[in-house]
Amino acid sequence: MTTSPAVAISGASKVFESTAGRVDALRGITLDVAKGEFISLIGSSGCGKSTLLRLIGDLLEPSSGTVHVNGKTAHQARLDREYGMVFQQATLFEWRSVLDNVELPLEVMGRDKAERTQTARAMLDLVQLTEFAGHYPYQLSGGMQQRVAIARALSFEPSILLMDEPFGALDEMTRERMQAEVLRIWSQTGTTVVFVTHSIPEAVFLSSRVVVMSPRPGRIAGLIDIDLPQPRSDQTRESPHFYEKMTEVREALRGVQAA
Amino acid sequence: MIEATPGRFPLPPDLSPPDHTKGWVRTGIRRYVPATLIFIGGLVLWELVVQVFHIKRFLLPRPTAIIAAFGREFPTVTAAGWFTMREAMGGFVLGASAGIVIALITARWTVIRDGMMPFAIAINATPIIALAPIMNNWFGITNPMAKMSIVGVIVFFPVMINMVRGLSEVQPGFIELMDSYGATPRHILMKVRIPNSLPYVFGAFKVGTTLSVIAAIVSEYFGGSRDALGVYISQQAALFHFAEAWAAILVASFSGIVFYLVIVVVEHFFIPWHASIRAVAGE
Repeated sequence: MTTSPAVAISGASKVFESTAGRVDALRGITLDVAKGEFISLIGSSGCGKSTLLRLIGDLLEPSSGTVHVNGKTAHQARLDREYGMVFQQATLFEWRSVLDNVELPLEVMGRDKAERTQTARAMLDLVQLTEFAGHYPYQLSGGMQQRVAIARALSFEPSILLMDEPFGALDEMTRERMQAEVLRIWSQTGTTVVFVTHSIPEAVFLSSRVVVMSPRPGRIAGLIDIDLPQPRSDQTRESPHFYEKMTEVREALRGVQAA
Repeated sequence: MIEATPGRFPLPPDLSPPDHTKGWVRTGIRRYVPATLIFIGGLVLWELVVQVFHIKRFLLPRPTAIIAAFGREFPTVTAAGWFTMREAMGGFVLGASAGIVIALITARWTVIRDGMMPFAIAINATPIIALAPIMNNWFGITNPMAKMSIVGVIVFFPVMINMVRGLSEVQPGFIELMDSYGATPRHILMKVRIPNSLPYVFGAFKVGTTLSVIAAIVSEYFGGSRDALGVYISQQAALFHFAEAWAAILVASFSGIVFYLVIVVVEHFFIPWHASIRAVAGE
């Protein structure tokens, strides 16, 4: 069991049927993600990267092929609470305080109140929102809301963090701070992260591996190892190797469009 | 080991709730003085118009005459107001409770919702008050249940329709999130759908307060107990005692406003976050 990859996708495809017709969202996806890896899915809109993330998280079922997580089916992994999810929208419940939002998954899992509060407070410390426990979501900025969403996703120590363009709605400065924040949390928790983005610098800065995807139908067009040294920092962004890797990803994406 | 590195993020500007204790007098003056002036001005204008143009008493009595009638008839009109408000509130509780129960059932069995909603919307658009004479037959003309059932039916539909809407119009992200925790439908109902529906339900309650007072009084016009406000208004009008009728109308509108405000207070208690969001949004 310890040798099974965090995520093992084999020949997965996804077809959406509707009255408007048939859309081949994904075709023939085969991909392994190792435990503790930080992997990004990058591609233009409509390349199926969010769909792929939802297949991994068992929010959608593949039309064919298989998805295994930690040696189990994705469905079993979801019921075993292996996933922490963060979406582009923070999706905080506006009727719950920040602390209560972070406690939500623990509530669903039936943990007792004292443990919930203690864990949620530790998570708020982790995302540096300790003083905002009693605030309501509408009182927070977009970046702070997204940090609450990350704290909530981590609160039950899921083995895999699935992030769907989590910083897509943030301004560039906040975005770079949040990226550094996610890397810090990743190195502290050792969680496997699957991260969807359409930003090349974001994918290169964060990932140990970038999956380049091509649209119609969504396929994997290339895998690029990002061997930039850890821990990464603002210096990483300015290093020549960072630019080389960005170029490599950009060219892979361009190849996709030319095809 | 997980630990926080403090001070990496600048704190945002002051996000604590605004302090309403300072300057509330000035805010209060700015908010209420114009309305008060217009109200008093309107009464003065009314008084003058009636006097100057010699408008007949039975067409439009002077405000001073209405106030005098109100003073004379105070015990009668207030007792009648209370009698009618009990019908309105009783019917409101019946209709609202039924609306909530049916809405919750439709959340469990969506087939019922899809089958029922077109009829609910159609019935909601029909003038249910027209049933008043029939209800008087069913329950007996002086039985408060005759009026409460009309009120109940009128309040039922907006509450039911809005709660169904609030239970079903949930951000898809909320459901995906709960699914990712392996949540049961019951979790989703209790932790997402019901809280999500509360602003819709309170919106319907507020409409319901006004509707319930109207329904109670108008159904009394078709006959009812001598203690009822609607009966009093129609009798006084028949006797050309228009100042008295207007005094009773004053009681009715005052009762309606109080009922509405009670719901506003309850709303603040149940969903303070919603009122605060509205305040921030400037609504």
